[in-house]
Amino acid sequence: MTLAISIQNLAKTYANGFEALKGISLEVQEGDFFALLGPNGAGKSTTIGVISTLVNKTSGSVEVFGKNVDTHVYETKLDFGVVPQEVNFSLFEKVRDIVMTQAGYYGLPRKLAEQRCEKYLRKLGLWEKRDERSRTLSGGMKRRLMIARALVHEPKLLILDEPTAGVDIELRRSMWEFLTEINNNGITIILTTHYLEEAEQLCRNIAIIDAGKIVENTSMRKLLNELDSQVYILETTSRIPSGFDLGLDNASLEIVDENCIEVTVSGGLSINEVFGLFTKAEIKIDSMRNKTNRLEQLFLSKLESND
Amino acid sequence: MFLNHKYIAFETIVRREIRRFTRIWLQTLVPPAITIGLYFVIFGNLVGSRIGEMGGFQYMEFIVPGLIMMAVIQNSYSNVVSSFFSHKFQHSIEELLVSPVPNYIILSGFIVGGMARGLAVGTIVTVISLFFADLEIQNLFITITVVLLTSIVFSLAGFINALFANSFDDISIIPTFVLTPLIYLGGVFYSVELLPPFWKFISGLNPIFYMVNTFRYGILGTSDVDVTWAFFMLCVFIVILFGSCIFLLRKGTGLRT
Repeated sequence: MTLAISIQNLAKTYANGFEALKGISLEVQEGDFFALLGPNGAGKSTTIGVISTLVNKTSGSVEVFGKNVDTHVYETKLDFGVVPQEVNFSLFEKVRDIVMTQAGYYGLPRKLAEQRCEKYLRKLGLWEKRDERSRTLSGGMKRRLMIARALVHEPKLLILDEPTAGVDIELRRSMWEFLTEINNNGITIILTTHYLEEAEQLCRNIAIIDAGKIVENTSMRKLLNELDSQVYILETTSRIPSGFDLGLDNASLEIVDENCIEVTVSGGLSINEVFGLFTKAEIKIDSMRNKTNRLEQLFLSKLESND
Repeated sequence: MFLNHKYIAFETIVRREIRRFTRIWLQTLVPPAITIGLYFVIFGNLVGSRIGEMGGFQYMEFIVPGLIMMAVIQNSYSNVVSSFFSHKFQHSIEELLVSPVPNYIILSGFIVGGMARGLAVGTIVTVISLFFADLEIQNLFITITVVLLTSIVFSLAGFINALFANSFDDISIIPTFVLTPLIYLGGVFYSVELLPPFWKFISGLNPIFYMVNTFRYGILGTSDVDVTWAFFMLCVFIVILFGSCIFLLRKGTGLRT
């Protein structure tokens, strides 16, 4: 399969001497939904900046769909769209004009640009706002406008730098659905995010970047399988007797109250076995949830091991 | 990028630039018309009637070409510098930088935007001047050519200013402390023949002096400078400034980290 992005030994040192990227290498397959995670200042936005040519690299190479961004400037730029972290459109222009102008930059004839403009503004729920000045939009609408703008030339690769930062839960979910839909339609997506739940929900592959180095680059499934233990919180409808124990070496219990218990499962123990023991003890389970986000646990452990 | 795509991109930038300055016409088109109209009333009409002739023409007739040129210079410059810098300030310039639009198309789009405003204000001022003086253009080709070339030169200069500017102060320093004195000392209000030899020589170092006088030659048929030399200078300025802009854009000065 073709590589959507191939980054080799990419380094970036800013004029003030700050080494933002220390020779990272990264590959993203075509059609992938890829997460680039990392704490603030890790190098995520610099990586995106270099791919989108807004940041001049110090050394290394970047290829988009097999073409070098330095030698095939125009071809590679046609292949991707970028949704930046901060709002970067004119606040004095109308919503429709912003998208139409972007279409013009990519050489789309006016009629086609108008069709695409309507298509993406409708998809992102902004069509009713098309004649309003962009400064009157809410924060969530501004982010959706940037997505519509990035898609108007129908790129094969969409790069999103923290697209749901500061967006309410309902809107975030609707953006997830939209991104999943366009990924299912064949657009490769690279996403940086602080919401680890977002990466876990959406992405198939993941790279964790810390202090300018890639500390993990694998599939989401493999990464989550690395977890040694998981903590579940079980809510029960029947009372949990004090001193209740499952009698297993690889499962420990902590009773929170008479209808709530924390179960720490490790060593490949199946949650079904745990449920079975609860049923045997005639304790009916009403609901279950993870105590912490699984990816968050892994993310923190990867960063700790990089220190 | 195919040629027709480049043309669409160019047209998009020009359209957006014209949309910008016509949207804020009260800030862009009206003030220069009022200011220059006041020059006509005060310097041309009230003071000028006591001055009498200048360079063989009524004072009002003498200053009209210079004032039109002043409007073109100031507005071509300020359109590009303020538009490009506000794109930088709002980061909307990133829309252009991540797109496949070649640097020379970006530059050309902004230049034509600056020319459009310069020429729009120049036309308004010319119409106002007709209330004060009878203009009989002596050489239409020279008149139009010099005004076009001058607006290109100052659009390019405004672009360089905007590339280096980091704050709104930076975009007002050059127009206030460099451009305005050069225009006022560029023979808009007087003929250099009135100056002592030293100041006459100093005036010869001011490029705006050549532009104003060549434009005056086109309208009145008289000039303090050699018109051929003035055209040559304008072309050299355009080549140097255009080359500098492309070099700075390619390097990413003021735009890319």
